[in-house]
Amino acid sequence: MLEIKNLHARISEGREILKGVDLTVKPGEVHAIMGPNGSGKSTLAGVLSGKPGYEVTEGQVLFQGRDLLAMAADERARDGVFLAFQYPVEIPGVNNMYFLRAALNAVRKQRGESDMDAGQFLKAVRAKLKLLEIGEDLLQRGVNVGFSGGEKKRNEIFQMAMLEPKLAILDETDSGLDIDALQMVSRGINALRGPKRAIVMITHYQRLLNYVVPDRVHVLSGGRIAKSGGKELALELEQTGYGAYGDAA
Amino acid sequence: MTDTAAAHNLAPLREGYKYGFVSDIESESAPPGLNDDTIRFISAKKQEPQWLLDWRLQAFHQWQKMDSPHWAKLRIAPIDYQAATYYSAPKRQNTPKSLDEVDPELLKTYEKLGIPLNERAALAGVAVDAVFDSVSVATTFKKTLGELGIIFCSFGEAVREHPDLVRKYLGSVVPQGDNFFAALNSAVFSDGSFAYIPAGVRCPMELSTYFRINAAKSGQFERTLLVADKGAYVSYLEGCTAPQRDENQLHAAVVELVALEGAEIKYSTVQNWYPGDAEGKGGIYNFVTKRGACRGARAKISWTQVETGSAITWKYPSCILEGDDSVGEFYSVAITNNFQQADTGTKMIHLGRNTRSTIISKGISAGKGQNTYRGLVRIQPKAANARNYTQCDSLLIGDKCGAHTVPYIAARNPTARVEHEATTSKISDEQMFYCQQRGLSKEDALSLIVNGFCKEVLKELPMEFAVEAQKLLAVSLEGSVG
Repeated sequence: MLEIKNLHARISEGREILKGVDLTVKPGEVHAIMGPNGSGKSTLAGVLSGKPGYEVTEGQVLFQGRDLLAMAADERARDGVFLAFQYPVEIPGVNNMYFLRAALNAVRKQRGESDMDAGQFLKAVRAKLKLLEIGEDLLQRGVNVGFSGGEKKRNEIFQMAMLEPKLAILDETDSGLDIDALQMVSRGINALRGPKRAIVMITHYQRLLNYVVPDRVHVLSGGRIAKSGGKELALELEQTGYGAYGDAA
Repeated sequence: MTDTAAAHNLAPLREGYKYGFVSDIESESAPPGLNDDTIRFISAKKQEPQWLLDWRLQAFHQWQKMDSPHWAKLRIAPIDYQAATYYSAPKRQNTPKSLDEVDPELLKTYEKLGIPLNERAALAGVAVDAVFDSVSVATTFKKTLGELGIIFCSFGEAVREHPDLVRKYLGSVVPQGDNFFAALNSAVFSDGSFAYIPAGVRCPMELSTYFRINAAKSGQFERTLLVADKGAYVSYLEGCTAPQRDENQLHAAVVELVALEGAEIKYSTVQNWYPGDAEGKGGIYNFVTKRGACRGARAKISWTQVETGSAITWKYPSCILEGDDSVGEFYSVAITNNFQQADTGTKMIHLGRNTRSTIISKGISAGKGQNTYRGLVRIQPKAANARNYTQCDSLLIGDKCGAHTVPYIAARNPTARVEHEATTSKISDEQMFYCQQRGLSKEDALSLIVNGFCKEVLKELPMEFAVEAQKLLAVSLEGSVG
């Protein structure tokens, strides 16, 4: 599904942040990437999703065998790469539901499916809303406008559930969530686990991993994967901290 | 041209009209230049009564003493008014005969805007009688309106058929000498529209939707007069979202609205004239005077405009709130891209007690466009408890454009309450990336964000217009993000 080989990247005109990341994620797998502040977690998410402002200086990323880095951000999205934002962006005046439907139809078109009509769409929406315990009023508001932190994160997972990506990258989706919201979000993520889908969770803390149990855990430190292991690695980190992995902030 | 020459021209024309003569009239136009004789020629051509000729001449004599306004934040190349032609019958020689002869780029735009097929040809300037069968439709509508006592016709027809109404209201809101361009229009106006809604009648349809094509040829000095009698209601749509063929560079229109006691007029405009090319060459100069008077208690006038075209827009649709409890509204979206300039806004003049006004202005600048909101809120001494709320938002796309806000507030009554809010924002890279990360193309993302920004104004437009306007915003901003 995703093959990252010796990836080096920097902030445009700035210092190098990723210094040779290697990572392979197979369909059906859930990977957790953990690491201290400044270790390059968000840069990795940005580079994979095509966020402007980063420059890849070396290495390769293959997504389903294709050169991911050669694709524009919207192309990647339509091909099934989804990024759940750490800080979801507000778009005033644009109805959340309208936005979602536009996105869904763009993705469906790429898959060779027809546009969803209003009825089908509403039905699909209601099913997912229930799963995440999101009120329908959220749909009628502007995209992320006036949402609480928890609502924003839940909205990201809701969008993910609707768009059904092949590769979902969750950038600190658990940060700022209270325990109830964390459980709801986790339920949403777990519902999306499946043999054809890969999920990469970027997180500081182990607590999300209690609810979404990963197949693999990686420690990103100093711009490289410093250690990889099973789910027990997360527990170990909780005990020892990131200090053992070098240049922790 | 001398008086005799004008008189000489008059005779054959009258005969021609009598016998339904049409073919020769096409080649007849006034010689370039502007003087008393030009005015007489135009008036004679239109077979106007003496009072209207006198009115035009009066306007012309005032105009001669006036200077082109220079206070707007606009760069305007000098205009040689003596070089222009002020009367020209529609030319047919150069018009395309079918859609096959029309510029494919123009057709592509129509398609993007979702303009119905049968209208595209007419908009592109294909000889209307060859393709368009709206005449029968128009007749049906006219009958419905007639049964309600609603008068809706060309200005010329109104002068002939309803001279008393025209005489009573013409120039009563925008006097001949109001400003340079209004004076010019009053002297040389070509044609336009007239509507009168009798007391207590609610006009059952959006006026002008059905004839938007036919009205497209009203010319560069258009004159519109709408009168809503006591308790009447009318919604009027001006313009068209499709770019129109137009060889005139200077457009100086005048629109006058009169709302009597308890009447309501809703006036919506979508202006999409040729903005000039990406290098700033060509494009229409759109210098328009629009004003409405709420002449009775509880009258309401609401302007909604979407301005995306023209190289230069100079336009301030205004409300004079004379009647107690009368209401004025102004909702505006103005886009400037490439080298376009817009200086637009409104004037709300509060004269009556408890008068209220709302101003919502959304300016969008892209490319090297310059966009200025200029507005005046004046509360006169007798306007006790007057209220105004103004909101001016500017959106910048790129870093070579400009947005300016120039609000004037003059409150001469201590009970007045005037609120003004202004914001300026840029479309952020984060917003664009968020949309793109959800699968939307750059163009769709931009269109979505811009439409969200304009939502409060777009929702004031009649449904059908709003859909086209949304698409138009997207088309106008094409190529503005890298």
